[in-house]
Amino acid sequence: MSKLQIIDLHVSVEGKEILKGVNLELNTGEFHVVMGPNGTGKSTLAATIMGHYKYQVTSGQILLDGEDVLSMSVDERSRKGLFLAMQYPSEITGVTNSDFIKTAMHARLPEGETLPLLKFIRSLDKACEELKMREDLPHRYVNEGFSGGEKKRNEILQMKLLKPKFAILDEIDSGLDVDSLRIVGENVNAMKSSDFGSLIITHYERLLDYIKADYVHILMNGVVVKSGGLELMEKVDKEGYDWLKEELGIDELDEGPNIKGNILGTCAVKDAMDKGDK
Amino acid sequence: MNNKNEKYEQIVGTDYKYGFHTDVENVYDTGKGISEEVVRKISAMKNEPEWMLDIRLKAYTEFAKMKWPKFGPDLSSVNFDEYIYYIKSSKKTEKSWDDVPEAIKETFEKLGIPEAERKYLAGVSTQFESEVVYHNTLKELEEKGVIFCDTDTAVRLYPELVKEYFSKVVPAADNMFAALNTAVWSGGSFIYVPKGVKLEKPLQSYFRINTEQMGQFERTLIIVDDEASVHYVEGCTAPQYSEYSLHAAVVEIFVGKHGYCRYSTVQNWSNNIINLVTKRTLVKDYGHMEWIDGNIGSAINMKYPACILAGEGAKGTTISIAFAGSEQIQDTGAKMIHLAPNTTSQIISKSICRGGGKVNYRGTVRHAKAATNAKSHIECDTIILDDVSTSDTIPTNIVENDSSYIEHEATVSKVSEDQLFYLMSRGLTEAQAIEMIVMGFIEPFAKELPMEYAVELNQLIKLEMKDSIG
Repeated sequence: MSKLQIIDLHVSVEGKEILKGVNLELNTGEFHVVMGPNGTGKSTLAATIMGHYKYQVTSGQILLDGEDVLSMSVDERSRKGLFLAMQYPSEITGVTNSDFIKTAMHARLPEGETLPLLKFIRSLDKACEELKMREDLPHRYVNEGFSGGEKKRNEILQMKLLKPKFAILDEIDSGLDVDSLRIVGENVNAMKSSDFGSLIITHYERLLDYIKADYVHILMNGVVVKSGGLELMEKVDKEGYDWLKEELGIDELDEGPNIKGNILGTCAVKDAMDKGDK
Repeated sequence: MNNKNEKYEQIVGTDYKYGFHTDVENVYDTGKGISEEVVRKISAMKNEPEWMLDIRLKAYTEFAKMKWPKFGPDLSSVNFDEYIYYIKSSKKTEKSWDDVPEAIKETFEKLGIPEAERKYLAGVSTQFESEVVYHNTLKELEEKGVIFCDTDTAVRLYPELVKEYFSKVVPAADNMFAALNTAVWSGGSFIYVPKGVKLEKPLQSYFRINTEQMGQFERTLIIVDDEASVHYVEGCTAPQYSEYSLHAAVVEIFVGKHGYCRYSTVQNWSNNIINLVTKRTLVKDYGHMEWIDGNIGSAINMKYPACILAGEGAKGTTISIAFAGSEQIQDTGAKMIHLAPNTTSQIISKSICRGGGKVNYRGTVRHAKAATNAKSHIECDTIILDDVSTSDTIPTNIVENDSSYIEHEATVSKVSEDQLFYLMSRGLTEAQAIEMIVMGFIEPFAKELPMEYAVELNQLIKLEMKDSIG
């Protein structure tokens, strides 16, 4: 069993503090859901765990089985077993998806060990099939010309093949149609084991029809304001966050991070819904 | 004469098929410097016909009047008095493997180049050991009426063809280094593909034996007759070591009506070389010329493969990469001169620099008055890998009629941090991630190369990248 601990984490973007003391603890075998209104730091949390260059940790700790994650480079974190499924994955022109995935799988093998080509092809084919991806996927350039749904499935494909200890899924459900949502959800759920845990950032209850979550945390103004079980999520889905704001005495939410050319961001649909509510 | 010749061959042990003539038997090279006398000596040592000597002498007269190019890198290190302009191939083979710099040997080792090839690439052997392949290829070519030999041989055996085309698309007066080459040229390939003959397999310069492969002043002449087609692959991607610091080659190509020629090369001279090359094709009606041009080596490299689209519907393509590392200047590009209606051209240029290297794209696209409805598409992309390397894009686009158009796209960028983050978040080290992004960047070029060249190019770029990241 592995453990990921986030202890009193403070994070700034371009001088503005976004996370103001987040505490979370995950074990493998557990699925944790993080919800919260837009701009409260959910994506910041996800990106910071992976070590994105735009986010500065001003204080606090992230520990993976007691090891200091913050002192690790991005690639080291990956090789130690962290994975981030991104909301807006980059396109890499000229590099085929299979080359990329093969190199990534190779990168986590012990020194001197190689990945037999046939074994790689078989595991890639199997994962593609389970995610119902187009057959030409291995030969296409990484994420180039992929539809929104294909990009998300490609993230899950990598997760399946790289077998991390902890996967952080940053709004993996946004922009997915019903079928894709089901496929993605079922595939994530199938990963659940004593060697795998996940931190799932989402706006929707729908994804959780397929993913069996154990814990729900609500992030507001840069701190976890409430944690609980699935009942918490149901309540948010029905009533929004106003009851919680009242309970906590929060009038206005802080403005979220405004990052130019962001790869991590807000969900447009939810934005529109929020505005409609007001 | 014959006796003396035989005696000479015994002494020198040359396998030079066409022999040497006794009146110059004691002379191995022309000595340092250039003069009319040197030009005459070269021609005499090669036992050339009078008409070629005339071409050389006229070119020398032009050269003597010429001014230095007014653009591009500083060529002040070029000192014409310092070079030896012709050395007999028999002397060249005397060079020892021990003289080859360690760095070059190491690279051969890393690339896993076979022993026999290493010596060839290092200029120790002038002959590549591939006789079996060579003979089969030669037989096939002969049956089809294709001529493939070195240009010196062509002067002797096919004077009418050479007279008709030599120096016609690159006249001696074109530029200083074309003039110099025309005066002192030696070696290079001669190819004639008869009307309607389409060669399926690429012709490689490897297959050409008995030539002076490592020549400083190579002269290549390719004639593709109407409806014929050929893919010629020059040299190789592995590093080539040469002790002669100035290289000024000329490549002339003629593509007939509905003909097709692709010329692929990856220049990878050692870093003591100044490489100044003039490459130009004349394309007739509905013919198509493709330059696949890679530039990795040499200290200073100036090369702008050109297509003169002279016939209606003629097409020109240049796909090139340039990689400038530490203490390198790559000043490369392409030229497309449209002279006839409905001509089209495409230029794709990919440039990479690192370690203080400088890489420039310098290109000209001209649509002349008669080139109505001409179309050109130009794409130049540059990646600068660090803060000490530089790049310039210097395009010249001229449209002289009102029905044609030129599209020009250019990007200059650093390696994207978001791409880096993405790749590293999957466990690739920074070096692996940058390497992968760069390999993807040059993919449009690499995919045009024959397989074995593409594989070697990939390995080579990876080696270059390793140096940059440490």
